Amino acid sequence: MNGVPIPMALLAELTHRCPLKCPYCSNPLELTRRSNELSTAAWIDVFQQAAAMGVLHVHLSGGEPASRRDLEDLTEGARAAGLYTNLITSGVGLTRDRLKALADRGLDHVQLSVQGVDAETADRIGGFKGGFETKMRLAGWVAEEGLPLTVNAVMHRQNLDRLDETIGMAVRRGARRLEVANTQYHGWAYRNRFALMPTPDQVRRGGRIVAEARERLKGEMVIDYVTPDHLGTYPKPCMGGWARIGLCITPRGAVLPCHAAETITTLSFENVADRPLADIWANGPAFTAYRGTDWMPDPCRSCERKTRDWGGCRCQAFAWTGDAGQTDPVCSKSDRHADVRAAAVAEAQAGADAFDYRTF
Amino acid sequence: MSVAAAITEEVTPYLPRGVRLHHCSVRAGWFLLAPERALKMDAIGVAILNAVDGTRSFGAIVDKLASDFKAPRERVAADAGKFLRDLADRRMVEVKS
Repeated sequence: MNGVPIPMALLAELTHRCPLKCPYCSNPLELTRRSNELSTAAWIDVFQQAAAMGVLHVHLSGGEPASRRDLEDLTEGARAAGLYTNLITSGVGLTRDRLKALADRGLDHVQLSVQGVDAETADRIGGFKGGFETKMRLAGWVAEEGLPLTVNAVMHRQNLDRLDETIGMAVRRGARRLEVANTQYHGWAYRNRFALMPTPDQVRRGGRIVAEARERLKGEMVIDYVTPDHLGTYPKPCMGGWARIGLCITPRGAVLPCHAAETITTLSFENVADRPLADIWANGPAFTAYRGTDWMPDPCRSCERKTRDWGGCRCQAFAWTGDAGQTDPVCSKSDRHADVRAAAVAEAQAGADAFDYRTF
Repeated sequence: MSVAAAITEEVTPYLPRGVRLHHCSVRAGWFLLAPERALKMDAIGVAILNAVDGTRSFGAIVDKLASDFKAPRERVAADAGKFLRDLADRRMVEVKS
Protein backbone atom coordinates (compact mmCIF):
# COMPACT_ATOMS: atom_id res chain seq x y z
CA MET A 1 0.00 0.00 0.00
CA ASN A 2 1.32 3.43 -0.92
CA GLY A 3 2.30 5.83 1.79
CA VAL A 4 2.56 3.24 4.55
CA PRO A 5 6.06 3.34 6.04
CA ILE A 6 8.07 0.19 6.66
CA PRO A 7 8.55 -0.30 10.41
CA MET A 8 12.05 -0.67 11.84
CA ALA A 9 11.50 -1.82 15.40
CA LEU A 10 9.12 -3.91 17.47
CA LEU A 11 8.87 -3.53 21.23
CA ALA A 12 7.63 -6.91 22.46
CA GLU A 13 6.36 -6.59 26.01
CA LEU A 14 6.44 -10.29 26.79
CA THR A 15 5.05 -9.96 30.29
CA HIS A 16 4.16 -7.37 32.90
CA ARG A 17 5.51 -9.57 35.69
CA CYS A 18 8.60 -8.08 37.30
CA PRO A 19 10.29 -8.44 40.68
CA LEU A 20 11.10 -4.73 40.72
CA LYS A 21 8.59 -1.98 41.53
CA CYS A 22 10.16 1.09 39.89
CA PRO A 23 7.89 4.07 40.48
CA TYR A 24 8.37 5.28 36.88
CA CYS A 25 7.63 1.94 35.21
CA SER A 26 6.51 2.41 31.61
CA ASN A 27 3.92 -0.34 31.90
CA PRO A 28 0.30 0.79 32.23
CA LEU A 29 -1.34 1.32 35.62
CA GLU A 30 -3.57 -1.63 34.83
CA LEU A 31 -1.22 -4.60 34.40
CA THR A 32 -1.89 -7.80 32.49
CA ARG A 33 -1.72 -11.01 34.50
CA ARG A 34 0.17 -14.12 33.51
CA SER A 35 -2.97 -16.05 32.51
CA ASN A 36 -3.67 -13.48 29.77
CA GLU A 37 -0.18 -13.46 28.25
CA LEU A 38 0.39 -14.57 24.64
CA SER A 39 1.73 -18.11 24.24
CA THR A 40 5.20 -19.00 23.00
CA ALA A 41 3.81 -19.95 19.58
CA ALA A 42 1.80 -16.73 19.30
CA TRP A 43 4.88 -14.62 20.00
CA ILE A 44 7.01 -16.51 17.50
CA ASP A 45 4.30 -16.03 14.89
CA VAL A 46 4.35 -12.30 15.67
CA PHE A 47 8.14 -12.20 15.19
CA GLN A 48 7.82 -13.88 11.80
CA GLN A 49 5.10 -11.46 10.73
CA ALA A 50 7.16 -8.50 11.91
CA ALA A 51 10.25 -9.64 10.01
CA ALA A 52 8.16 -10.08 6.86
CA MET A 53 6.98 -6.47 7.26
CA GLY A 54 10.57 -5.23 7.33
CA VAL A 55 11.10 -4.90 11.08
CA LEU A 56 14.85 -5.16 11.82
CA HIS A 57 15.10 -4.95 15.61
CA VAL A 58 12.99 -6.68 18.23
CA HIS A 59 13.25 -5.49 21.80
CA LEU A 60 12.31 -8.30 24.17
CA SER A 61 10.99 -6.38 27.11
CA GLY A 62 8.43 -6.47 29.91
CA GLY A 63 8.01 -6.26 32.86
CA GLU A 64 10.98 -8.47 33.33
CA PRO A 65 11.24 -10.74 30.26
CA ALA A 66 13.19 -13.33 32.28
CA SER A 67 9.97 -13.89 34.24
CA ARG A 68 8.92 -15.93 31.21
CA ARG A 69 10.39 -19.40 31.33
CA ASP A 70 10.22 -19.61 27.52
CA LEU A 71 12.49 -16.58 27.02
CA GLU A 72 15.19 -18.80 25.49
CA ASP A 73 12.68 -20.23 22.96
CA LEU A 74 11.35 -16.76 22.17
CA THR A 75 14.86 -15.43 21.61
CA GLU A 76 15.70 -18.27 19.26
CA GLY A 77 12.40 -17.78 17.43
CA ALA A 78 13.01 -14.08 16.97
CA ARG A 79 16.54 -14.61 15.72
CA ALA A 80 15.41 -17.39 13.38
CA ALA A 81 12.80 -15.00 11.97
CA GLY A 82 15.71 -12.75 11.00
CA LEU A 83 15.42 -10.12 13.72
CA TYR A 84 18.17 -8.43 15.69
CA THR A 85 17.33 -9.45 19.24
CA ASN A 86 17.75 -7.06 22.13
CA LEU A 87 16.95 -8.16 25.67
CA ILE A 88 15.74 -5.32 27.89
CA THR A 89 16.18 -6.62 31.41
CA SER A 90 16.39 -5.64 35.06
CA GLY A 91 18.88 -8.47 35.42
CA VAL A 92 16.77 -10.16 38.08
CA GLY A 93 15.81 -13.72 37.19
CA LEU A 94 18.73 -14.40 34.90
CA THR A 95 21.27 -16.94 36.07
CA ARG A 96 24.72 -17.49 34.55
CA ASP A 97 23.34 -20.57 32.76
CA ARG A 98 20.29 -18.78 31.41
CA LEU A 99 22.40 -15.95 30.02
CA LYS A 100 24.69 -18.44 28.32
CA ALA A 101 21.69 -20.26 26.85
CA LEU A 102 20.32 -16.96 25.52
CA ALA A 103 23.66 -16.10 23.96
CA ASP A 104 23.95 -19.56 22.42
CA ARG A 105 20.46 -19.29 20.96
CA GLY A 106 21.17 -16.05 19.16
CA LEU A 107 20.71 -13.12 21.52
CA ASP A 108 22.43 -10.09 19.96
CA HIS A 109 22.48 -7.52 22.74
CA VAL A 110 21.64 -6.94 26.40
CA GLN A 111 20.22 -3.73 27.76
CA LEU A 112 20.44 -3.61 31.54
CA SER A 113 18.47 -1.10 33.58
CA VAL A 114 20.11 0.52 36.59
CA GLN A 115 18.26 2.56 39.19
CA GLY A 116 21.25 4.09 40.95
CA VAL A 117 25.00 3.86 41.47
CA ASP A 118 24.97 2.22 44.90
CA ALA A 119 22.93 -0.57 46.43
CA GLU A 120 21.12 1.61 48.94
CA THR A 121 19.85 4.14 46.40
CA ALA A 122 19.22 1.66 43.60
CA ASP A 123 17.35 -0.86 45.74
CA ARG A 124 15.18 1.83 47.28
CA ILE A 125 14.20 3.24 43.87
CA GLY A 126 13.63 -0.22 42.36
CA GLY A 127 11.80 -1.40 45.47
CA PHE A 128 13.82 -4.63 45.44
CA LYS A 129 16.51 -5.54 47.95
CA GLY A 130 19.60 -7.10 46.39
CA GLY A 131 18.71 -5.80 42.93
CA PHE A 132 21.83 -3.68 42.53
CA GLU A 133 24.17 -6.52 43.35
CA THR A 134 22.32 -8.84 40.95
CA LYS A 135 22.62 -6.28 38.15
CA MET A 136 26.33 -5.79 38.64
CA ARG A 137 26.83 -9.56 38.58
CA LEU A 138 24.85 -9.82 35.33
CA ALA A 139 26.95 -7.07 33.73
CA GLY A 140 30.01 -9.22 34.44
CA TRP A 141 28.44 -12.29 32.87
CA VAL A 142 27.44 -10.31 29.77
CA ALA A 143 31.07 -9.23 29.40
CA GLU A 144 32.24 -12.85 29.86
CA GLU A 145 29.88 -13.97 27.09
CA GLY A 146 31.25 -11.21 24.85
CA LEU A 147 27.78 -9.78 24.30
CA PRO A 148 27.42 -6.04 23.83
CA LEU A 149 25.98 -4.28 26.87
CA THR A 150 23.91 -1.13 27.04
CA VAL A 151 23.26 0.38 30.45
CA ASN A 152 19.92 2.14 30.67
CA ALA A 153 19.75 4.67 33.46
CA VAL A 154 16.40 6.29 34.04
CA MET A 155 17.09 9.68 35.57
CA HIS A 156 14.97 11.87 37.82
CA ARG A 157 15.33 14.29 40.70
CA GLN A 158 16.52 11.62 43.12
CA ASN A 159 19.49 10.41 41.04
CA LEU A 160 20.26 13.09 38.44
CA ASP A 161 22.89 14.70 40.68
CA ARG A 162 24.89 11.50 40.40
CA LEU A 163 24.97 11.38 36.60
CA ASP A 164 28.77 11.65 36.56
CA GLU A 165 29.05 8.53 38.73
CA THR A 166 26.42 6.76 36.60
CA ILE A 167 28.51 7.36 33.47
CA GLY A 168 31.62 6.15 35.32
CA MET A 169 29.85 2.98 36.43
CA ALA A 170 28.71 2.19 32.87
CA VAL A 171 32.29 2.59 31.62
CA ARG A 172 33.66 0.34 34.38
CA ARG A 173 31.08 -2.33 33.57
CA GLY A 174 32.27 -2.34 29.97
CA ALA A 175 29.09 -0.92 28.42
CA ARG A 176 29.33 -0.07 24.73
CA ARG A 177 26.34 2.22 25.12
CA LEU A 178 24.70 4.19 27.89
CA GLU A 179 21.17 5.47 27.64
CA VAL A 180 20.59 8.41 29.92
CA ALA A 181 16.81 8.36 29.81
CA ASN A 182 15.04 11.13 31.61
CA THR A 183 11.76 9.86 33.02
CA GLN A 184 8.75 10.19 30.74
CA TYR A 185 5.80 11.29 32.77
CA HIS A 186 3.02 8.88 31.79
CA GLY A 187 1.31 6.21 33.87
CA TRP A 188 3.29 5.28 36.97
CA ALA A 189 5.77 8.10 36.50
CA TYR A 190 2.97 10.62 36.27
CA ARG A 191 1.53 9.24 39.48
CA ASN A 192 4.97 9.74 41.09
CA ARG A 193 5.81 13.06 39.46
CA PHE A 194 6.16 14.96 42.73
CA ALA A 195 8.90 12.57 43.80
CA LEU A 196 10.62 12.38 40.41
CA MET A 197 10.45 15.66 38.50
CA PRO A 198 13.94 17.17 38.22
CA THR A 199 14.64 20.84 38.77
CA PRO A 200 15.56 22.97 35.74
CA ASP A 201 19.05 23.37 37.24
CA GLN A 202 19.56 19.63 37.49
CA VAL A 203 18.50 19.20 33.87
CA ARG A 204 20.85 21.90 32.60
CA ARG A 205 23.76 20.41 34.54
CA GLY A 206 22.89 16.94 33.24
CA GLY A 207 22.97 18.14 29.65
CA ARG A 208 26.43 19.64 30.15
CA ILE A 209 27.76 16.47 31.81
CA VAL A 210 26.53 14.33 28.92
CA ALA A 211 28.00 16.65 26.28
CA GLU A 212 31.40 16.57 28.00
CA ALA A 213 31.33 12.80 28.52
CA ARG A 214 30.38 12.11 24.90
CA GLU A 215 33.47 13.95 23.70
CA ARG A 216 35.74 12.32 26.29
CA LEU A 217 34.43 8.77 25.66
CA LYS A 218 34.29 8.86 21.86
CA GLY A 219 35.13 5.39 20.54
CA GLU A 220 34.75 3.88 24.00
CA MET A 221 31.11 4.34 24.95
CA VAL A 222 28.21 5.85 23.03
CA ILE A 223 25.83 7.95 25.12
CA ASP A 224 22.23 8.44 24.08
CA TYR A 225 20.47 11.20 25.93
CA VAL A 226 16.76 11.93 26.00
CA THR A 227 16.13 15.49 27.13
CA PRO A 228 13.20 15.97 29.48
CA ASP A 229 10.77 17.70 27.17
CA HIS A 230 8.81 19.47 29.92
CA LEU A 231 11.66 21.93 30.12
CA GLY A 232 12.46 22.16 26.41
CA THR A 233 11.31 24.51 23.66
CA TYR A 234 10.11 21.92 21.17
CA PRO A 235 8.69 18.44 21.68
CA LYS A 236 10.75 15.34 21.01
CA PRO A 237 9.89 13.38 17.86
CA CYS A 238 8.08 10.81 19.96
CA MET A 239 8.57 7.29 18.53
CA GLY A 240 10.17 9.01 15.52
CA GLY A 241 6.63 9.91 14.48
CA TRP A 242 3.37 8.12 15.27
CA ALA A 243 3.07 4.82 13.35
CA ARG A 244 6.14 5.64 11.29
CA ILE A 245 9.09 3.64 12.65
CA GLY A 246 8.04 1.40 15.47
CA LEU A 247 5.25 -0.50 17.12
CA CYS A 248 4.62 -2.14 20.47
CA ILE A 249 2.79 -5.33 21.35
CA THR A 250 1.50 -5.78 24.90
CA PRO A 251 1.64 -9.05 26.87
CA ARG A 252 -1.92 -9.89 25.83
CA GLY A 253 -1.31 -9.09 22.16
CA ALA A 254 -2.71 -5.58 21.74
CA VAL A 255 -0.84 -3.68 19.03
CA LEU A 256 0.08 -0.11 19.94
CA PRO A 257 1.79 2.71 18.04
CA CYS A 258 3.68 3.55 21.27
CA HIS A 259 3.98 1.75 24.61
CA ALA A 260 2.00 4.46 26.40
CA ALA A 261 -0.74 4.72 23.76
CA GLU A 262 -3.33 2.97 25.94
CA THR A 263 -3.46 6.14 28.05
CA ILE A 264 -5.34 7.64 25.10
CA THR A 265 -8.73 6.27 26.04
CA THR A 266 -10.42 7.55 22.89
CA LEU A 267 -8.43 5.06 20.76
CA SER A 268 -9.10 1.35 20.49
CA PHE A 269 -6.38 -1.17 19.81
CA GLU A 270 -6.52 -4.35 17.81
CA ASN A 271 -5.04 -7.69 18.83
CA VAL A 272 -2.65 -9.95 16.94
CA ALA A 273 -5.11 -12.78 17.54
CA ASP A 274 -7.74 -11.04 15.38
CA ARG A 275 -5.96 -9.52 12.41
CA PRO A 276 -2.60 -9.87 10.60
CA LEU A 277 0.02 -7.56 12.06
CA ALA A 278 0.78 -5.93 8.70
CA ASP A 279 -2.90 -5.07 8.29
CA ILE A 280 -3.09 -3.55 11.77
CA TRP A 281 0.05 -1.50 11.07
CA ALA A 282 -1.22 -0.27 7.68
CA ASN A 283 -4.92 0.19 8.34
CA GLY A 284 -5.66 -0.14 12.04
CA PRO A 285 -7.58 2.93 13.26
CA ALA A 286 -5.12 3.58 16.11
CA PHE A 287 -2.27 3.67 13.59
CA THR A 288 -3.91 5.77 10.90
CA ALA A 289 -5.28 8.29 13.44
CA TYR A 290 -2.05 10.29 13.78
CA ARG A 291 0.23 8.93 11.07
CA GLY A 292 1.94 11.52 8.90
CA THR A 293 0.91 15.17 9.04
CA ASP A 294 -2.68 15.32 7.71
CA TRP A 295 -4.20 15.10 11.20
CA MET A 296 -2.31 18.12 12.48
CA PRO A 297 -4.03 21.27 13.64
CA ASP A 298 -2.26 24.60 13.74
CA PRO A 299 0.29 25.59 14.98
CA CYS A 300 1.69 22.19 13.87
CA ARG A 301 0.17 22.23 10.37
CA SER A 302 2.04 25.36 9.29
CA CYS A 303 5.16 24.63 11.36
CA GLU A 304 8.45 24.14 9.53
CA ARG A 305 9.40 21.50 12.10
CA LYS A 306 6.40 19.27 11.45
CA THR A 307 8.35 16.51 9.70
CA ARG A 308 11.17 16.80 12.24
CA ASP A 309 9.29 16.34 15.49
CA TRP A 310 6.08 14.92 13.96
CA GLY A 311 3.93 16.89 16.37
CA GLY A 312 5.57 15.38 19.45
CA CYS A 313 3.73 13.14 21.87
CA ARG A 314 0.05 12.26 21.36
CA CYS A 315 -0.23 10.83 24.86
CA GLN A 316 0.89 14.09 26.40
CA ALA A 317 -1.54 16.05 24.23
CA PHE A 318 -4.36 13.81 25.42
CA ALA A 319 -3.31 14.00 29.07
CA TRP A 320 -3.33 17.80 29.04
CA THR A 321 -6.18 18.63 26.67
CA GLY A 322 -8.36 15.53 26.47
CA ASP A 323 -7.74 15.50 22.70
CA ALA A 324 -4.80 13.49 21.35
CA GLY A 325 -5.04 15.48 18.09
CA GLN A 326 -3.95 18.72 19.76
CA THR A 327 -0.47 20.21 19.65
CA ASP A 328 1.87 18.60 22.17
CA PRO A 329 1.62 20.97 25.16
CA VAL A 330 5.38 20.84 25.79
CA CYS A 331 5.88 22.77 22.54
CA SER A 332 6.54 26.48 23.06
CA LYS A 333 3.96 27.14 20.32
CA SER A 334 1.20 25.43 22.32
CA ASP A 335 -1.10 27.64 24.37
CA ARG A 336 -0.69 25.13 27.21
CA HIS A 337 3.11 25.35 27.22
CA ALA A 338 3.31 27.76 30.16
CA ASP A 339 0.99 25.55 32.23
CA VAL A 340 3.09 22.45 31.59
CA ARG A 341 6.30 24.19 32.49
CA ALA A 342 4.83 25.77 35.62
CA ALA A 343 3.52 22.38 36.74
CA ALA A 344 6.93 20.76 36.19
CA VAL A 345 8.71 23.45 38.18
CA ALA A 346 6.18 23.18 41.01
CA GLU A 347 6.48 19.39 41.06
CA ALA A 348 10.28 19.63 41.19
CA GLN A 349 10.05 21.96 44.20
CA ALA A 350 7.54 19.76 46.00
CA GLY A 351 10.35 17.93 47.76
CA ALA A 352 8.30 14.77 48.31
CA ASP A 353 10.64 11.79 48.14
CA ALA A 354 8.29 8.89 48.95
CA PHE A 355 7.21 6.63 46.08
CA ASP A 356 3.93 5.02 45.19
CA TYR A 357 5.54 1.83 43.87
CA ARG A 358 4.32 -0.09 40.84
CA THR A 359 2.22 -3.10 41.87
CA PHE A 360 -0.39 -5.39 40.34
CA MET B 1 39.48 -1.67 24.26
CA SER B 2 40.11 0.18 21.02
CA VAL B 3 39.66 3.66 22.39
CA ALA B 4 40.28 6.13 19.60
CA ALA B 5 42.61 3.60 17.97
CA ALA B 6 43.69 4.78 14.56
CA ILE B 7 42.93 2.67 11.51
CA THR B 8 46.51 2.08 10.37
CA GLU B 9 47.69 -0.31 7.65
CA GLU B 10 48.81 -2.88 10.25
CA VAL B 11 45.70 -3.22 12.41
CA THR B 12 42.94 -5.74 11.71
CA PRO B 13 39.43 -4.29 11.88
CA TYR B 14 36.54 -6.56 12.74
CA LEU B 15 32.84 -6.42 13.55
CA PRO B 16 32.41 -7.04 17.27
CA ARG B 17 29.74 -9.42 18.52
CA GLY B 18 26.32 -7.83 18.25
CA VAL B 19 27.15 -6.00 15.03
CA ARG B 20 26.24 -7.67 11.76
CA LEU B 21 25.43 -7.02 8.15
CA HIS B 22 21.86 -7.96 7.32
CA HIS B 23 20.02 -8.06 4.02
CA CYS B 24 16.47 -6.75 4.26
CA SER B 25 14.41 -8.23 1.45
CA VAL B 26 11.47 -5.87 2.11
CA ARG B 27 13.66 -2.82 1.50
CA ALA B 28 15.91 -4.67 -0.97
CA GLY B 29 18.98 -3.36 0.79
CA TRP B 30 21.78 -4.03 3.26
CA PHE B 31 21.84 -2.77 6.83
CA LEU B 32 24.54 -2.79 9.45
CA LEU B 33 22.70 -3.82 12.60
CA ALA B 34 24.00 -2.89 16.03
CA PRO B 35 22.49 -2.11 19.42
CA GLU B 36 19.68 0.41 18.77
CA ARG B 37 21.12 1.17 15.35
CA ALA B 38 20.40 0.13 11.77
CA LEU B 39 22.60 1.87 9.22
CA LYS B 40 21.65 1.55 5.57
CA MET B 41 24.71 0.52 3.57
CA ASP B 42 25.37 1.45 -0.04
CA ALA B 43 27.28 -0.87 -2.39
CA ILE B 44 30.63 0.61 -1.34
CA GLY B 45 29.89 0.14 2.35
CA VAL B 46 28.88 -3.47 1.73
CA ALA B 47 32.07 -4.09 -0.27
CA ILE B 48 34.23 -2.66 2.53
CA LEU B 49 32.43 -4.64 5.24
CA ASN B 50 32.64 -7.84 3.23
CA ALA B 51 36.39 -7.33 3.09
CA VAL B 52 36.44 -6.89 6.88
CA ASP B 53 36.70 -10.55 7.85
CA GLY B 54 38.67 -10.31 11.08
CA THR B 55 41.83 -11.73 9.52
CA ARG B 56 42.76 -9.17 6.86
CA SER B 57 44.77 -6.18 8.02
CA PHE B 58 43.52 -2.78 6.94
CA GLY B 59 46.39 -2.70 4.42
CA ALA B 60 45.22 -6.00 2.92
CA ILE B 61 41.64 -4.73 2.81
CA VAL B 62 42.77 -1.68 0.86
CA ASP B 63 44.79 -3.85 -1.52
CA LYS B 64 41.77 -6.04 -2.16
CA LEU B 65 39.36 -3.16 -2.71
CA ALA B 66 41.80 -1.27 -4.94
CA SER B 67 42.22 -4.37 -7.05
CA ASP B 68 38.51 -5.34 -7.11
CA PHE B 69 37.42 -1.83 -8.10
CA LYS B 70 40.52 -0.91 -10.12
CA ALA B 71 40.78 2.27 -8.08
CA PRO B 72 43.83 4.27 -6.92
CA ARG B 73 45.15 2.79 -3.68
CA GLU B 74 45.53 6.12 -1.83
CA ARG B 75 41.96 7.04 -2.63
CA VAL B 76 40.64 3.68 -1.39
CA ALA B 77 42.76 3.93 1.77
CA ALA B 78 41.37 7.38 2.54
CA ASP B 79 37.72 6.47 1.88
CA ALA B 80 37.74 3.06 3.58
CA GLY B 81 39.75 4.50 6.49
CA LYS B 82 37.21 7.24 7.09
CA PHE B 83 34.31 4.81 6.77
CA LEU B 84 35.80 2.42 9.35
CA ARG B 85 36.94 5.26 11.61
CA ASP B 86 33.36 6.61 11.77
CA LEU B 87 32.04 3.16 12.64
CA ALA B 88 34.78 2.68 15.25
CA ASP B 89 33.77 5.96 16.90
CA ARG B 90 30.28 4.46 17.26
CA ARG B 91 31.68 1.15 18.51
CA MET B 92 30.33 -0.68 15.48
CA VAL B 93 33.84 -1.67 14.34
CA GLU B 94 36.80 -2.59 16.52
CA VAL B 95 40.44 -3.20 15.69
CA LYS B 96 43.08 -5.62 16.90
CA SER B 97 46.80 -5.39 16.27
